[in-house]
Formats: sequence, structure tokens, C-alpha cells
Amino acid sequence: MDKLTKQQQRKHLLDRAAFGATPAELAEASRQSLPAVVRRLMGRPDTLTELKVVDPETAVTKRGLRGMVRDGQLDRDALKERIRMNAEKVRDLNLQWLDRMASGENALREKMALFWHGHFACRTMGQNPLFMQLYANTLRQHALGRFSDLLMAVSKEPAMLQFLNNQQNRKNAPNENFAREVMELFTLGRGNYTEQDIKEAARAFTGWQFTLDGQFVFRERVHDEGEKTLFGQTGAFRGEDVIRMLLDKPQTARYITAKIYRFFVNETEDKKRVDELADRFRKSGYDMADLMTHIFTADWFYEPQNVGTHIKSPVELLAGMRHTLSITFDQPQPQLFVQRTLGQVLFYPPNVAGWPGGKNWIDSSSLLFRMQLPNYVLKAADVPVRPKEDGDVNTEALARKGGATFRTTVDWAGFEESFAKTADADLPDALAAVLLPLPLRAEQRSLIGKLSQPGQTRSERIRALTTALMSLPEYQLT
Amino acid sequence: MNRRDFIRQSAFTTAGTMLIPQFLKAYEAQAMGQTMAPSGKILVVVQLSGGNDGLNTVVPFRNDIYYRERPTLAIKPENVLKLNDEIGLHPAMTPLKALYDDGLVTVINNVGYPNPDRSHFRSMDIWQTGSDSDQYLQTGWLGRYLDKTDTARPYNALEVDDTLSLALKGERLNGLAVLDPKKLYNQTRSGLVRNLSQQHDHDHETVGYLYKTLAETVSSAEYVFDKATVRSTTVTYPAHELGNRLKTVSQLIQSGVATSIYYVSISGFDTHINQPGQQERLLKQYAEAVGVFMADLKAAGRQNDVMLMTFSEFGRRVKQNASKGTDHGTASNVFLIGGGLPSQRVLNEAPNLSDLTEGDLKYTVDFRQIYATLLRHYLGTDDVAILGRRFDALKLV
Repeated sequence: MDKLTKQQQRKHLLDRAAFGATPAELAEASRQSLPAVVRRLMGRPDTLTELKVVDPETAVTKRGLRGMVRDGQLDRDALKERIRMNAEKVRDLNLQWLDRMASGENALREKMALFWHGHFACRTMGQNPLFMQLYANTLRQHALGRFSDLLMAVSKEPAMLQFLNNQQNRKNAPNENFAREVMELFTLGRGNYTEQDIKEAARAFTGWQFTLDGQFVFRERVHDEGEKTLFGQTGAFRGEDVIRMLLDKPQTARYITAKIYRFFVNETEDKKRVDELADRFRKSGYDMADLMTHIFTADWFYEPQNVGTHIKSPVELLAGMRHTLSITFDQPQPQLFVQRTLGQVLFYPPNVAGWPGGKNWIDSSSLLFRMQLPNYVLKAADVPVRPKEDGDVNTEALARKGGATFRTTVDWAGFEESFAKTADADLPDALAAVLLPLPLRAEQRSLIGKLSQPGQTRSERIRALTTALMSLPEYQLT
Repeated sequence: MNRRDFIRQSAFTTAGTMLIPQFLKAYEAQAMGQTMAPSGKILVVVQLSGGNDGLNTVVPFRNDIYYRERPTLAIKPENVLKLNDEIGLHPAMTPLKALYDDGLVTVINNVGYPNPDRSHFRSMDIWQTGSDSDQYLQTGWLGRYLDKTDTARPYNALEVDDTLSLALKGERLNGLAVLDPKKLYNQTRSGLVRNLSQQHDHDHETVGYLYKTLAETVSSAEYVFDKATVRSTTVTYPAHELGNRLKTVSQLIQSGVATSIYYVSISGFDTHINQPGQQERLLKQYAEAVGVFMADLKAAGRQNDVMLMTFSEFGRRVKQNASKGTDHGTASNVFLIGGGLPSQRVLNEAPNLSDLTEGDLKYTVDFRQIYATLLRHYLGTDDVAILGRRFDALKLV
């Protein structure tokens, strides 16, 4: 592939830094300077609205509910109903976040937050919508701020402390899970700490707990106040000290930068470049807006070898499709069905290591399903597949509620308007330039060309071409 | 991915995508119709999702602690289908008891792993990848078995389902999910899919990977569909999901499809509330389906070539909860059925209910010892390469 044209560059940027673009957005961005487009992508944190499915004042956790049963405030049937409602609220939170991603508002921030959801992977425990709501909003709020703030904030999230068993990490009875994952997955990566470091860090994190209404608390009486020695330093450290020590290590900047590079630039790491970026990142005080601006305005970001190498995750695929065609789902449930079938359900990462991503998204069945997805979403075609049940009674109840009937509203008029001046013969390439990361190859053009039927209106033709282009394997890539 | 694999894979995709037609032809000539296992043996894995209560599946009917901890859930000694003077099967499992009496069933007690995880998803990942409990692997143990065999094709490992489990995902190659050969074949018949699967001139690595996967999917779907129609079984299977799926497996085996691994799951074992009716229904389905499946294979003269392994991601706590159910536990039992094993019956000691860890059973057999034994001695492959280290084999074979 040759050097990218300006429109290809903008498309690459909006694919990676946002959830794709509408034809109108792409045209507008192509008229603007790169710094101006990137600046606009950075958005403004004050315009971010929080995700909200439960009111922290009235939310009651499963444990709280069990307590109410013991006190006689609730009977068993009411308990079951309340637990079911909590599970539904986690689902609503998922859908609400997906709506935000698809909306295009603060798109880079939402994209980064999705990245951080995979990095600080946390799974809902006991169907607790309040904790997940707090956690998601923390990711979104800090997504483009300082990594140091994000790390501290997310480490103190009740959802995370619960998921990694820090409530059970007490003086004289340490639980190392939290301390281990903070080092192995959140900051340093495997092989950059000793077992002794973990043992000592676990002691420092004793007392980091949460209340049922979603507040972080430091409980001094279970905190181990003794001296700890880790990374060659000795002191009566607390959790905050450990986080600071981790941030002081160049390896943390290296580890985070490499992961950002693999997600936003190329799965294959360019070692020298990542080293330079990591150095810059640490010296800037972990300023993520600075790092991302630097990446997105660098010439190398737009080199052909970095284009079309990222396989969209199921959520990226779904949000991107919705955004590009301004699609709304009349019934939201099919969006969960897609997430389940393709293996990425928000708030249900497979484990604390997050979604493996890349080629792991693709196997025979997931590829066929992805290629059929435009037919389901745009043409309400019958869906012949069904995702597996995952074994958990709580989530099974949700999954059984239909989901495989897609009824959507697509803003075709708005989409078609951008192609009003395009000659009929140029439509396949013009649409491909908006939908695909790479130009059409000759054999694809001829295959797509066969879809034109005599008597088709222009509008029908655009719809048929768009559906076909979105069904190409290349549509899975950015 | 390590460096060697990366180079191998890159070389494979860049050169290989252009060469797919020849590659497939060469393959069709040589490998079609051959199973992967040098032994020619077939392994069928039946996964019980949700954490089956092992103590009410293989019941320690002489154990006072069992009856004390489960005042309303314990199965009465007179109802147990006795295997020996200590343990017996849940009363709903008569067909399994019959297989046991025929010397076809081996029961392995107390199977688990160190530092057990009580989350469904995590524990299932551990079982499917064969990892340690603090290790996150992105490939499954059966996917790595595919990787090991140079001539392997996706359909050498089939999951009878719409989506593919991690267990069958490899680094180099994935297994194939096919619930219904005809349905999958039809999905690959659309003009677009068929045409695209023949396009393979890609100088782009990731694009090449997608098209290679597509080409393999289309050729595998066609192969399985063509083969599957060779012979249909005349045996009547119970009309439920597991029955239907094992029927498909039997049909594919009898049609001579070159598949060494089949994977099937049945869900619903997460019995926190009102366990008895739910578990009875599921175990009955399981035993019925497996009974018919083994009889079908016996009639076809294949019962010694096919081994069925059944596991669940964990067992449940010894003590019942307040909702007439049980909560997530740890070690549980595994069944091995058929496969020409010498009649082992009950391989090891029954669970020791007086020696628990926080109310949970202690494992005495690591599940990877079972995998290692099956890989090395049954399928005849390199278990150490697939599992990453040596696990002591069990004396099964």
C-alpha cells in the first residue's frame, strides 16, 4: 500500500482514536488540520456525563439484601426478584455505555476507557450494579488524565477490591491476590518483581476496604502497621506508598506504553519507539493526553504498515457499526447477544487479565458471525446461532430473554446524503473509503459490482453495497 | 507467542495465504480422512457447566459427615446405585450404572488443582487451558494438541455447538464449532462467503489471517457436511440437547470424519437453590444420553476407539446452604467411559470429609494428570509439549 491520502489518514485516526466516523465526519476531518482534529478528539472532561443506572443512595447489594431477609424485611421471593433486578441493571449499564461509545461524543475518552476496562479488568461480582457503575465512571473520568491518578483511583474502587479479594486481606491473614495483580497486570508485568515484593505489598494493602454503599475505607484495625521491605526500601508502608513506588519504576511506564502501542498502533511492538514513548510518558508525569496526542500526530502512526492491522473487538465492531450508520436498536437485547456470541461482554471480562484480543477474536464461527452481522443488523435477517450458556445461574437468566431478533432503525438518509455527488460507477470505491481501512482490490470490486441489479434505485444500491462492504473480512480491521 | 512460533506463523501466513489452493489440495490428498491421533483413538469431552455437585453424583453413602452436613440434600443409602461398599451413583443415573457394570466406566475421585478458584469463569478457564490458578493462558489444551500436529485441520477437533470454547483454541490453529453440519455448510454457501474464501492474494498479514481462516472454514464445513451425510445412525437418542449433540458426534464418528476430538457441553449445574429436582433432571439426561451413545458405538463396533471424559469446573461445598442448594466448591469427580480402558472402576479413594479446607474437599488428583495420561497413553502424543510440563500419569492404561 502506498502512502496514505489525507482522507485515509483521517479515517485511520478516527478508526483508532474513536469508533469510526460517519461519512460527514470523515469529510469534515479531511478539511481540517491534523492538530485541530486531534485536539477535538481529546474532548473536554467537563462535558462527560456519568453512566447512571442506580442511585447510590438507594442501591442495595446482594449481601445487603440477604441481611434484609434475615431481619425479616424481605421474604425469599422478594429477594430473588431484587437480585434479578440487580442483574438487569448491570445489563442496562452495559447498554448505556455502549450507547455512549456509539454516540461519538467524547469518543477518544470512551475508547480509552474501553481499553482501560480491558487493562484493569474487573468482573461484576454478585451482580452489583452500583460498584460497576462507580468503576466504569472512574475509568471514563480518568481515561485521558494522569495514569497515576487512574491507577490510584481504580485500585480503590470497591469493585476492584472485591474482585481481587482485598476485603479478605488482613493483618496476620494476608491475601496476596490484589497485590499480585496490581504488579503483574496493572503496572510492571510478570518477571519484574519478586514473590517477596508481593508478600510485603500485600501487607501494605491490608486495611484497604470498602463499604456496601460503595465507599473506599481504610480500616486501621486490620492494617498491618509493621515495617515492610519491598523494591529495596523499608518502611511502615501503606497501599498508597506501594502505588507510588510502582509509579516511580520506569518499567511501569514501559509496560503501560507498550500495551497502549499494541492496542492503538500495532500489535507488533517497535521496541525503540515504545522505549522513546515510555520515557516521554514517565517524564510528563504519566500524562495520557500528551502521550495520545503525540502518537496521533506522529508521521509513523500513519505509515501503511500500521493500517488495517488491528482486529476490532466485538464492542468496537458493534459501536462502530452503530456510529457510522447512526443505528438505534428498537430492542436493546440483541446487542448483548452479539457481545456474548463474539466473546466480549462489558463488565464480564474472562478474568483479571482482560480480553486477549487480536487474533484471539477470530475463529471459524466468530468470523462467519461477524460477516453475517450486517445482514442481521441492517436487514433483520434470521440469526441461526446461539451463544453458549456460561454456567452461572445469574447470567443465564438474562441470556434466555430472547435477543436474536434484530430490529433496528438506520439513518440511511443521512448516510446517503454524503454520496449525493458521487457518480454511480464510483460508489463502491467511495463507500469502501468510508467503511474499510484498505482500498478495494480488483477482485473484490468485481464481486461487489455483481450486486448491482437492474432497476435498483440509487438508495437501494447504496444500502446493498454498504451491507456487502461491511460483510468483508476487511471490515473487521482498522 | 514466542519468537519461534511468531516466525513460523508469519512465514506461514505470508507464503501460505498465496498458496492456499495448493496447500489445501495437498492436504486433501494426504490428510483428508485421517485422524490426528496416531493411535486412531477418539476423545469426546462432555463438560458439565455450572459446577456439578460431585458429592451427590458419586455419593459416599456410608459417610456420617455427608449425612450430617446435608440434612435435606443427602441421598439415602437405599436409593444410591452402589459401585462398591463406600460410594454409589445418584439414583437418576441408571444407564451409567449399567455401563459401569459392563466394565466401561472409570471413576476418578477428588480431581482438582492447587489454590482452587471458585469463580465459574475462572475455574472453567483453568480447566480448559490447563493452566495453574495464577496463570492466564490464551490457548486451550486441545487447541495446543491441534497446534502440535503439522497436518492438523480445524475439523480434527470439533465442538458440537455454535461457538468455540477456549479449550479448542490453539496458537496456530483453532478447532471448528459445528452444531449442525448442514446449517454450518449453508452459512458458508452464500455467494459472498464462497467467493471471498477463494481470494487469497494478500500482502497484508492480518488480512491474510482472516482470509486463511475463512478458507479453512469453508473447506472444513464442506468436508464435514459431505462426510456427515455418509451414514446416519438408526439409534433413537433422547430428545434433549445433550442427546441431540451426542447423536451428532456418533453420526460423525460412524461416517468416518477425521476428527480426534469432540467437545460437548451441557449447562445448568449451578444449583444454589432447590438442587434436588434440577440436578436429578440434568444427571438423568446425562446418563441417558451417554448410555445410548455408548450402546450406539458398541453396535457399530467402535466402543473401544472412543473415550468419553466428563468433568465440571468445580464441585460444591460439603455443607448444604439455607436454600436447599449448595455453593461453589473445589474438587470433584471425573468419569472416563469406554475407550478400551481395562476395567478400572473406581480408581482412587473416596473423598475424605473429615479433612477439609475451609469446608471444601482437598484434591488428590490434578486434572492435568488426567489430561497428560490421555494425551500420552490414549492419543499417543507429546503431553509435556502440550501441557508445558510433566504431570504424573495415572495408572489407567
